Amino acid sequence: MTKPAWTREFLDALARDGVSVVEERPDSAVPVHRVRIHSADWKPAATACATMEARFAGIWADQHDEGYVVHSLYERDGRYLELSTFLDPGAALLASLSCLFPAADRLERHMRDLLGVQVDGGDGRRWARHKAWQAEEFPLRSDFPHAGRPPRRVPSDVDYPFENVRGAGVYEIPVGPVHAGIIEPAHFRFQAVGEDVLRLEVRLGYVHKGIEKLAVGRDPRALARLAARVSGDSAVSHAWAACQAMERATGCLVPPRALVLRAVLSERERVANHIGDVGAICNDVGFSFAHVQCARLRERWQRRNAGVFGHRLLMDSIIPGGVGVDIDADAERSLRSDHEEFRRETTTLFDVIEDHPSLDDRLISTGILQPGDARALGCTGFTGKASGQGFDVRVHAPYAPYDTLAMKTAVCVEGDVAARVRVRMMEIEQSLEALDRMLDQMPSGPTSTTMPAAGANAEGLGIIDGWRGEIVCFVRFDSQGRVARYFPRDPSWFSWPALERLIHGNIVPDFPVCNKSINASYSGHDL
Amino acid sequence: MSSFAWLTICLQALIYVSLAPLLTGWIRKAKARLQNRRGPSVFQPYRDLRKLLAKDVHVAHTASPLFRVAPYIVFVSTWLAAITVPILVVELPTAAVADLIVLVGLLALGRFFLALAGMDVGTAFGGMGASREMLISALAEPAMLMAVFTLAMQAHSTNLSTIVTHQIELGLSLKPSLMFALAALSLVAIAETGRIPVDNPATHLELTMVHEAMLLEYTGRHLALMEWAAQVKLMLYGALIVAIFFPWGMTEIVDVDGVMIALLATLGKLALLGAVLAGAETVLAKARLFRVPALLNFALLLGLLGLLSHVILEIGT
Repeated sequence: MTKPAWTREFLDALARDGVSVVEERPDSAVPVHRVRIHSADWKPAATACATMEARFAGIWADQHDEGYVVHSLYERDGRYLELSTFLDPGAALLASLSCLFPAADRLERHMRDLLGVQVDGGDGRRWARHKAWQAEEFPLRSDFPHAGRPPRRVPSDVDYPFENVRGAGVYEIPVGPVHAGIIEPAHFRFQAVGEDVLRLEVRLGYVHKGIEKLAVGRDPRALARLAARVSGDSAVSHAWAACQAMERATGCLVPPRALVLRAVLSERERVANHIGDVGAICNDVGFSFAHVQCARLRERWQRRNAGVFGHRLLMDSIIPGGVGVDIDADAERSLRSDHEEFRRETTTLFDVIEDHPSLDDRLISTGILQPGDARALGCTGFTGKASGQGFDVRVHAPYAPYDTLAMKTAVCVEGDVAARVRVRMMEIEQSLEALDRMLDQMPSGPTSTTMPAAGANAEGLGIIDGWRGEIVCFVRFDSQGRVARYFPRDPSWFSWPALERLIHGNIVPDFPVCNKSINASYSGHDL
Repeated sequence: MSSFAWLTICLQALIYVSLAPLLTGWIRKAKARLQNRRGPSVFQPYRDLRKLLAKDVHVAHTASPLFRVAPYIVFVSTWLAAITVPILVVELPTAAVADLIVLVGLLALGRFFLALAGMDVGTAFGGMGASREMLISALAEPAMLMAVFTLAMQAHSTNLSTIVTHQIELGLSLKPSLMFALAALSLVAIAETGRIPVDNPATHLELTMVHEAMLLEYTGRHLALMEWAAQVKLMLYGALIVAIFFPWGMTEIVDVDGVMIALLATLGKLALLGAVLAGAETVLAKARLFRVPALLNFALLLGLLGLLSHVILEIGT
């Protein structure tokens, strides 16, 4: 097996730095190269990744019988590298990576709050931990009861130490977690002078549902159901990521028809969410004409989902080993006519949106995410693509069936709200075109296969391009073939920090439209 | 003074409070139709007011008595301001007090208390809304006065009745000064009534609100009065524009037929104006907050141009 270029280089660099590799597993089924190192070498190894300009793609911990295994994932040129290390329960701290990769900060805090893996350095403030748990309780540990502790009155979370900005005329605006509209809860703390935002800090965690704990002990089918509910708007993407991880762990070969159907579902989800977002962005600047038109198109699209696939949000259509839905000739015809009609209507509508002076005035140069920031945070999806970061799993690390579909990436460099709208519009166009091609080349055959039983401690990593960007999903089975650890890393982990950066230099009333243009998931982040 | 004249005055006053929600409902309906939606019934604002009036009032612990009296002051001052604008009959017993400066003053009084009430509870949104409202009104008022002076110079009076009478006698005329004044007054009206592109009356986004931000802490009948006052204000500006620039149909003679014709004419004109507003709101997005001063400065410039063109072109002819 030939080693991918940058991981070879990386291993050479490790040898030069005197870092010894404990175990190395080039994975043939996945473009992920796995390297196990000593915990003391955690930071030098990450430094080598940073030097080689690899993108940070996640960090999570997993409790085994004998201790913790911490995993981190990096990507460059479409090649993934997974670094992991073993931590003794009573052992020394693991060095924080947040000084090398700013996006690691909240994932490390999440890991520390839920599993008690302490991190040396970085932001010491709690993150996922609201007041529902006592100080020394770690809900993800195996000794914590699966059903949780009996509910009691949770004290209000009033003493979170927000960063302060001092100066003449500086004032704070606390917004949320209860908002005037029907949106998910989060607390936004602004420091502003007049209308200019000096600093924004987001406080999340209000929709923590205990997804990771709920996954423990589930069978594969039940895990796929749970994954579809990580974030309702990404039902397909998260379910696919979880199924892909499980299939890789068990060596399951999914039938080709099922793979193409999965891609159809995934692109349908992308189109529905992108069109909804375009409308919502227009609505946030008071242009309700576009909002209503987009809502109408989305509604019709989702009704077709319900008609053909049985669920408006396509939940539970992806199952381990395949898909639970199929299309016949009638369904295919109606899907095709949908694509045609959608294409025709959006052509006119997008012309209006792109060429509307009073809309341009609001969207162009608003909320610029600098390409440097997008790269540092590892943003993917429309957030990254609008700021010149063209990475797309479907294109650069294609998984079946995208390896034969030759997708393109839509990239802009401006990084403003208008660019994020434009990327969405381009992606809709590309998805419609890809959907037609998928229907053309739909293979025949079964739509699912039985997934083989998982071996003890079998691990799998699913990497999918959801509509928000790259979704990474880690699954490990226990000795009974049930899930021992499930960690879905939604792209929102990186887009929330991006929002905090892009708001600099904008005015307070422009925040809602900036927030909407990022549209990070609250639920997918809080887990 | 005949008792019928006084009856007409009361009728005018009642028309404002009773028909203002209908105008708002009509504009919403027109907007909905323009967006291919069915939209709620035109009577929805009445149902909303009835619902709010029946609800309990909850007042924040930090609120001062001012917070409780502000809705009444705002409502009454807006209503009084509205009564000064004739919609049916010109020469009424109250015409003497129907002065444009009084109108501007009454509106300013309402706004002053609205802004105070917004800041009273001490939430960030109320303060933000009040500060934005003051920014807008500080720029809108001079523009409005400039337009008013253009009209006053034509009629040699700031009295609204006199101005309207003058306009009726003038008949249909395309004086440049009047065109400028109409444009300036329309921009001011949009800013003062919180319509797109200055403010979005339908938004739920706290951070972008102007007028709504000051009302966030209000509940029950207090909120109903505030909303109602805003509806009356919208009708007031509509009636003002109609009365000054398109006064045809308004009667100088107080009799039943005249009043009926005037009523129908005014309602028709207001409905038309509402439809125009709905159309404008459909094709425009809300402007960035810091573009609003530019818009109002433009209104001021238009007012000034109206004044100048009157002085240069129209005096002495």
